[in-house]
Amino acid sequence: MQPVPTLRRVDREAYGQGMDLTFTAEDEAFREEVRGFVREALPAEVRRKMEEGRALSRDEVVDWQRRLNARGWATPSWPKDHGGPGWTPVQRHIFLDELHQAPAPEPLSFNVSMIGPVLIAYGDLAQKDRFLARAANADDWWAQGFSEPGAGSDLANIKTSAVRDGDAYVVTGQKMWQGMAHRADWMFTLVRTDPTAPKKQAGITFLLIDLKSPGVTIRPIITIDGRHEVNEVFLDEVRVPAANRVGAENDGWTVAKYLLSNERTGIARIGMTKRLIARVKLASGRLPAEAARRAREKAALLEAELKALEITQLRVLAAQKPGAADPRSSILKLKGVELRQAASELLLKTAGQAAYEFAYEAEPEAPTDIASNFLTLRAASIYGGANEVQKNILAASVLGL
Amino acid sequence: MNFDLSEEQVLLKDAVTRLLADHYGFETRRRLVSDPCGWSADAWRRFAEMGLQAAAFAEAHGGLDGGPVETLVIGEALGAALSAEPYLASIVMGGAALRLAPAAVLAAEVAPKVASGETILACAIEGERPRAAAVADGWTLRGRAAHVIHGDCADALVVAADSEAGPLLLLLDAGAAGLSRRGYRTFDGLRAADLTFSDVRVEASRALAVGQSAEALIERIAEHAIAYLAAEATGVMAMLLDITVEHLKTRSQFNQPLAKFQALQHRCAEMLVALEQARSMALYAAAMVAADDALERRKAFAAVKAVIANAGRFVGQNAVQLHGGVGVTEEHRVGWGLRRLTMIEMLFGDADVQAAKLADLGGFVAAA
Repeated sequence: MQPVPTLRRVDREAYGQGMDLTFTAEDEAFREEVRGFVREALPAEVRRKMEEGRALSRDEVVDWQRRLNARGWATPSWPKDHGGPGWTPVQRHIFLDELHQAPAPEPLSFNVSMIGPVLIAYGDLAQKDRFLARAANADDWWAQGFSEPGAGSDLANIKTSAVRDGDAYVVTGQKMWQGMAHRADWMFTLVRTDPTAPKKQAGITFLLIDLKSPGVTIRPIITIDGRHEVNEVFLDEVRVPAANRVGAENDGWTVAKYLLSNERTGIARIGMTKRLIARVKLASGRLPAEAARRAREKAALLEAELKALEITQLRVLAAQKPGAADPRSSILKLKGVELRQAASELLLKTAGQAAYEFAYEAEPEAPTDIASNFLTLRAASIYGGANEVQKNILAASVLGL
Repeated sequence: MNFDLSEEQVLLKDAVTRLLADHYGFETRRRLVSDPCGWSADAWRRFAEMGLQAAAFAEAHGGLDGGPVETLVIGEALGAALSAEPYLASIVMGGAALRLAPAAVLAAEVAPKVASGETILACAIEGERPRAAAVADGWTLRGRAAHVIHGDCADALVVAADSEAGPLLLLLDAGAAGLSRRGYRTFDGLRAADLTFSDVRVEASRALAVGQSAEALIERIAEHAIAYLAAEATGVMAMLLDITVEHLKTRSQFNQPLAKFQALQHRCAEMLVALEQARSMALYAAAMVAADDALERRKAFAAVKAVIANAGRFVGQNAVQLHGGVGVTEEHRVGWGLRRLTMIEMLFGDADVQAAKLADLGGFVAAA
């Protein structure tokens, strides 16, 4: 047992302030700058659709991406020497928060959060030259070609095969859940190049496939929200040049894991939930006093949790090391989705009969989109690593269970 | 934006954690339940030797000039050790009353003795208040104040009273003539007291605050209490999650460790999410407790208390559940953790109360 030490007078000059949860003056100025830009640059029609939770056209998304790109803000997470703005993690947080609250679209995630960082980390010079600037400017629209009918949470179970034939791979198989593939020009894809590998993770390769190639067929999947966002992509002896391989043959799992860990950071989507809560409060104004009060109290509980999540997100950001995946980002995904789903459900219930009418693919401008949004968000706890997978990650990587 | 403790805050954390590990083990804590005061004068003296009571007091009051972060660090450590000492009542609430009181002379007289641990304060600021009738150079108190935490063994009492001239916050000697106390054990193993005032004479010089400033001060004391409780609850939850994970790894059923069962792994992951949300709110509370804007503070502390209440409830109840039968025995600390978290949930209003409060204040997001 050691003797009890005696504490000395706190000396902030010598040891610093320690913890400080306030944004710096520079951060606040940056927030103003982002807000000012969005106010100027966001087309009124896009803002309206975002406010009402409606889907945007391809042209609207591309146009917004190009406005961001012209400002140098299209690729927040890319390093500066690859065209990123060189922001701190806190600035990236502020930027996304301002977009969500405007509300304005995020940078096109398939391009910016998924394939861009992968090419920067694993692509060769020719691939970087060919694809990065075009991805930033949405000259190419990328789709994700990972999941298959037999490979969802167990992604390494993919069956789509790629057989080397001269300077190309011949790819045959079926991909599923390709978001916006019907708008896309390219698809980054996991294929099996070594079916005899002892571990199923070991025989996988990461390929970039031009969706205009012969043998590619894209079929829509209409989801419970009545919308066409995801697709099936059939690949029938599609010839893919070997130059479109990212990383080494049979080393695609490494690349895929890197992409998935990027997908999970910043996924709390706090600003979107704030937007839903703002709508709940507006809708509660049309209810009788008692019911309005109940709705506002339920909203308040969500707001309290959301405030906590905002700080949790900043804590994870502040601890972030470049290139290293933080398993605690699973907390952001889990809690972020839980709150977003709860807010969309509360909005549905608060709107009541006003939410009965369905805005589906053929009636996108029906008077309300509330029910479709509620239904859309049911997928949020399934994609990007289902809730159950996130809990596995937390149990194994953080708790050692 | 910086979430790291400074070097000296890290030293504080290590020192207090070691002190508690050496002198405040669970068996020590458990024996205190049958102590007449419910806490350990011996441990309190060791705390004082280290300077824990003095941490957040100003140097002029015999303190170490620390602030909300030092209190956060200490609160988390005391929570993890399930401390029964009157740190909340005397140092956090009593300390806030003295530090923030308009009555500087009175505060300067009492604060050094509180900061040194010599004088124990308890605060009667919630619920029923005695009536104060004005008399020459002071007041006479009649009525009751109930459920005053550590009010039974406190040396002095900070009492909220109502008078013709508005609310008062008074400092009373526990031995004042006409004051009687009924002490009782609370379900978390701590102690509280009901106070009865039968014409208790209080001199005007013993008023910490009068009128509007008294009401404002009472609110500030409660906010400091909630900030501390957030830290304490985070410490309790972290300890409970630790021992629960450890239990799952060591306890075997159906020929395998419980840790192999996915249902239990997932429950622990959910507990971790709740703990981290609570920890974030403890940090937020430490940042907001000294904020100038009263409306922003009110919103913040309603939100903090709501999240802490729900997280504590979830982690406490599931920690007991995952311990199985042993979790409901009095010999195991997991049950004491649940009891303390349940009390913290209820102190100053549970999540429903806070949700109503936050809704009335307009929340953080405007309707649009």
